[in-house]
Amino acid sequence: MAYALEISDLKKTYPGGTEALKGISFAVEEGDFYALLGPNGAGKSSTIGIIGSLVTKTAGKVKIFGIDVDEDLALAKTMLGVVSQEINFSGFEKVIDIVVTQAGFYGIPKSIALPKVEKMLKRLSLWDKRNDQARTLSGGYKRRVMIAKALIHEPKLLILDEPTAGVDIELRREMWTFLKEINENGTTIILTTHYLEEAEQLCRNIGIIDGGLIVENTSMRNLLSRLNVQGFVFDLESPLDETPEIEGFPLKLEDPLTLVVAVNKERSINALFAELSSLGIKVNSMRNESNRLEELFIEMVKK
Amino acid sequence: MSNNRNISVALWTLTTKEIRRFLRIWIQTLVPPAVTMSLYFVIFGSLIGPRIGTMDGFDYIQFMIPGLIMMSVITNSYANVVSSFYSVKFQRSIEELLISPMPNWTILLGFVLGGVCRGCLIGFIVFGVSLLFYPDFTVVNPLLTLTVLFLTSILFSLMGFINAVFADSFDDISVIPTFVLTPLIYLGGVFYSINILPDFWRAVSMANPMLYVVNTFRAGMLGVSDVSIGFALGMILAFIGLLTGSCLYLLGKGTGIRQ
Repeated sequence: MAYALEISDLKKTYPGGTEALKGISFAVEEGDFYALLGPNGAGKSSTIGIIGSLVTKTAGKVKIFGIDVDEDLALAKTMLGVVSQEINFSGFEKVIDIVVTQAGFYGIPKSIALPKVEKMLKRLSLWDKRNDQARTLSGGYKRRVMIAKALIHEPKLLILDEPTAGVDIELRREMWTFLKEINENGTTIILTTHYLEEAEQLCRNIGIIDGGLIVENTSMRNLLSRLNVQGFVFDLESPLDETPEIEGFPLKLEDPLTLVVAVNKERSINALFAELSSLGIKVNSMRNESNRLEELFIEMVKK
Repeated sequence: MSNNRNISVALWTLTTKEIRRFLRIWIQTLVPPAVTMSLYFVIFGSLIGPRIGTMDGFDYIQFMIPGLIMMSVITNSYANVVSSFYSVKFQRSIEELLISPMPNWTILLGFVLGGVCRGCLIGFIVFGVSLLFYPDFTVVNPLLTLTVLFLTSILFSLMGFINAVFADSFDDISVIPTFVLTPLIYLGGVFYSINILPDFWRAVSMANPMLYVVNTFRAGMLGVSDVSIGFALGMILAFIGLLTGSCLYLLGKGTGIRQ
């Protein structure tokens, strides 16, 4: 099995004694789209900081595509792109200069970088803003500049630390499409996010970190299969006066046109539809009651 | 980043970025020294200078020119690196450099070359201004003058880098220039020869490192110096070596830049 990232027994204690990482180990397969989740202060950013050499580790090993960062950090860095949580470019420079300069730091001369930058900025809908000073951009566009910067040297592993924080839903979905596309083209992606829906939509595997320890490391499918009960919301065609009673399906009438039900995974939802039909209740549409991953996540970090 | 071509591209990128930075804000970086030095030349050179007479056998304004050029070079090369490196820390754009495969020495050299370019450019600007007030000025030893100009810019760029590494606030980057550099420069023979001082203060002045920089430069421009040129150049080179080692050690350790 080829790994894009292997982390073993990684520890980080900050000056002052805060133990951010207590010896975490996990690996991300090449080509994976991996979610690293955890509550605030769990150790996600410390982990990413160490991988990107922004944070000095106290102990442990980090390998990027088999290259130990303690042995050949420069080579490991050429394969890595990091989109940090905070905006980290000078606001007084033009968008195009920021990205061309970043390419230069990776040894790509301006003449070679310019066509790549043009393609990247166009792909991220930034081309029209290429001559704008970065500080004049909205939060969403600044995030796109961060992504363009991280990808300009075509890294094989891309780490995104909450890339869609504070970004509106339209732009968030645009970013999801873009990230899915580059993942399909072979880039391994590690994502941290507070939007669990995002992780559920995008990622195939997931690690949950809490209190400096990995508390879960599995596939998204495995994790979600552990949910025994799932909530659904039905939008009804006609209003109801009172909550109907159907054996085995606890129902709740949110309002006259909205019915909420918790379905045990052992039960068939078809049976529920048959019962509703027999009572003359017509369902116009149906959606999940809440994010499924969110329920599991809360359960795990509460332990 | 293993091959030399990639490293040279990265170094060129950082250096030109640094040069672009101070040229973009030319009104803050290039104009003030020209204005301030013009005032020095008007007040101390043209108005008060004739009443002072000669210093070490030269017209006072002529004596002052090398000192004022050096003062500008020192403060500007220092200020360029301290403000630029502290700003990249403050704006977190230091991460762009740390995440990239650039070796530490390339990062240091890029910032130092930015400081050297600004320091030398300011040196030429102030010299140009001085010619307006003393058109007959001729440089006695251009090679020594340019060597000292270059070495001094390197030395004070390195000092600015160390200041920025340890700085945690904008106050921290102004404390050293205001309370250490400026007094040492003023007392380092910019405006007078230490030969006019009483023995005690003359001996004290010999401990001021600025004296060696200013006097070596004056030796290049006028051919006179209060100190031994060989010793002074040796000291400048030794300090450059020491500070370069210190900067690389701090970068390697991640002081002030890595958590």
